[in-house]
Amino acid sequence: MKGNEAVAHAAIRCGCDGYFGYPITPQSEILETLTELEPWKTTGMVVMQVESETASINMVYGAAGCGKRAMTSSSSPGISLMQEGISYLAGAELPCVIVNVMRGGPGLGTIQPSQADYFQTVKGGGHGDYKMITLAPASVQEMADHTVLAFDLAFKYRTPAMVLADGIIGQMMEKVVLPPFVPRRTDEEIIAECPWATLGKPADRKPNVINSLRLEAADMEKLNLALQSRYREIEKEEVRFEEFNCDDADYIIVAFGITARICQKTVELARAEGIKAGLLRPITLFPFPVNQLKEYAKRTKGMLTVEMSAGQMVEDVRLAVNGKVPVEYYGRMGGIVPAPDEVLHALKDKLINSTVEE
Amino acid sequence: MNLSDIINPANLVYEKTTVMNDTPMHYCPGCSHGVVHKLIGEIVQEMDIQDKTIGIAPVGCGVFAYNYLDIDWQQAAHGRAPALATAVKRLLPDRYVFTYQGDGDLAAIGTAETIHACNRGENIAIIFINNGIYGMTGGQMAPTTLNGMKSSTSPNGRDIPTNGYPLNITTLLAQLQGTCYVTRQSVHTVATVRKAKKAIQKAFENSMLNKGTSIVEIVSTCSSGWKMTPADSNDWMVDNMFPEYPMGDLKNI
Repeated sequence: MKGNEAVAHAAIRCGCDGYFGYPITPQSEILETLTELEPWKTTGMVVMQVESETASINMVYGAAGCGKRAMTSSSSPGISLMQEGISYLAGAELPCVIVNVMRGGPGLGTIQPSQADYFQTVKGGGHGDYKMITLAPASVQEMADHTVLAFDLAFKYRTPAMVLADGIIGQMMEKVVLPPFVPRRTDEEIIAECPWATLGKPADRKPNVINSLRLEAADMEKLNLALQSRYREIEKEEVRFEEFNCDDADYIIVAFGITARICQKTVELARAEGIKAGLLRPITLFPFPVNQLKEYAKRTKGMLTVEMSAGQMVEDVRLAVNGKVPVEYYGRMGGIVPAPDEVLHALKDKLINSTVEE
Repeated sequence: MNLSDIINPANLVYEKTTVMNDTPMHYCPGCSHGVVHKLIGEIVQEMDIQDKTIGIAPVGCGVFAYNYLDIDWQQAAHGRAPALATAVKRLLPDRYVFTYQGDGDLAAIGTAETIHACNRGENIAIIFINNGIYGMTGGQMAPTTLNGMKSSTSPNGRDIPTNGYPLNITTLLAQLQGTCYVTRQSVHTVATVRKAKKAIQKAFENSMLNKGTSIVEIVSTCSSGWKMTPADSNDWMVDNMFPEYPMGDLKNI
């Protein structure tokens, strides 16, 4: 099935309570699949097509405030429209899942795939100091798996989590093993897991208020410090990445999502030519695999990030490596997908040949 | 009547609702918010639905509603309360879900969410405080500001060619097939307070009858924003606001 369809199936199976969405290419199959599967007749999951991405993200806020497993999905322009809501979700410490099947921008851009929302996602596209757990699937299987994982991590840390895919992953078809069915939680289970949820105030507790407003500066700083300490914990506990031929590598390619799949082929081509190349694929973009990159900086000659953007993740790789080895970028924009031989050429041109010259 | 007669429970004529707590209110003297809060508190207590009620607070003066009424609350981004309420009610259909919104929140920045929630016929109650001005931010022009009415951003009075017409959103919402009860009330006299309470209670009751959306507009005063005494504000409201926003039911099915 398609990556987008896998998201829909996984959402129903992992006990999602509510999906709120607005059509946009290249991810509309998520909403289409959900309305075709009619989970409200089986699990009771609510599925709504609403008036805008602004409404969807705020419905996610309302549902998440009740401790429900709520999600939305969109593509780049729609995700931009959601940034206010994402900031509120982060400020109100609400867990939820947002799927972004990225397309080329800026503006209305193109419906072709892109990875140019990296900055928006991991640097906080909305206002204020917040972070969002970001998972970058590289296969249809991971579209399903990450939907489930994103819910688990979001609830573990009371923070929004994003599945950051792209138009290719959303549209391409692969075999997938769907996650096992987990029933939706009962109100009693939600109260146990989320004592902060607004399910109605019984006589024996104080009112629960879902809120990001702190009028007193000292209170606001306290909330910020609590959020930051949670982000540090996430950085410590939740880094995920995959390696391919990195053990003896002289050169490391760093790429996420579909670009990592392409670069795997590049590594094979390079190895056939006697170039010791390896691939590091961050699975979590926040938290970023900083320590692993630091280690490789000690024993490699250079790194190349490959991105379908003007070079965004390259900044985080450079921060991690901190000048120990050269870090170069190669990428295409506007919906163009780089080819493996193109990347190999860039690797030679930007790192290997220039190193020889030095 | 001596003191022991007065404190005799049998002679009790008025009691503050227990759903309202003792937090000192931030509302200005003469403001309508406090009265409407009290009415909601009384209704929640009398209907015995404190454990089944979820309020959605707006951005604006009403943002702190959660400080005064002892029920579960969610505080929404500016204008988005009907979107939150939609999700809460869809996921918790046996709860009483209401939004509490001002004119800027409901009729300017949140127009889309308001119209679409009403058009879907969400089974929620919308309590709409219309005082024709942005109170919280210091008296700027609202979509409901009257023609010629002065505000800090229309210091010479609202000018129709520049600012457009006052938006009578409640009349507009009454046209939608998703609404079942649309009414305009006020709380400036004892009689109108009683009527407004009945209207709010009906809106709460409707939300369990699967009839659609109920909207109770409370045409209100903002003596600070209007720069008048509370008594003058009431008179000014009757003389100027009521002709533009007439009292009574616009829809009741």
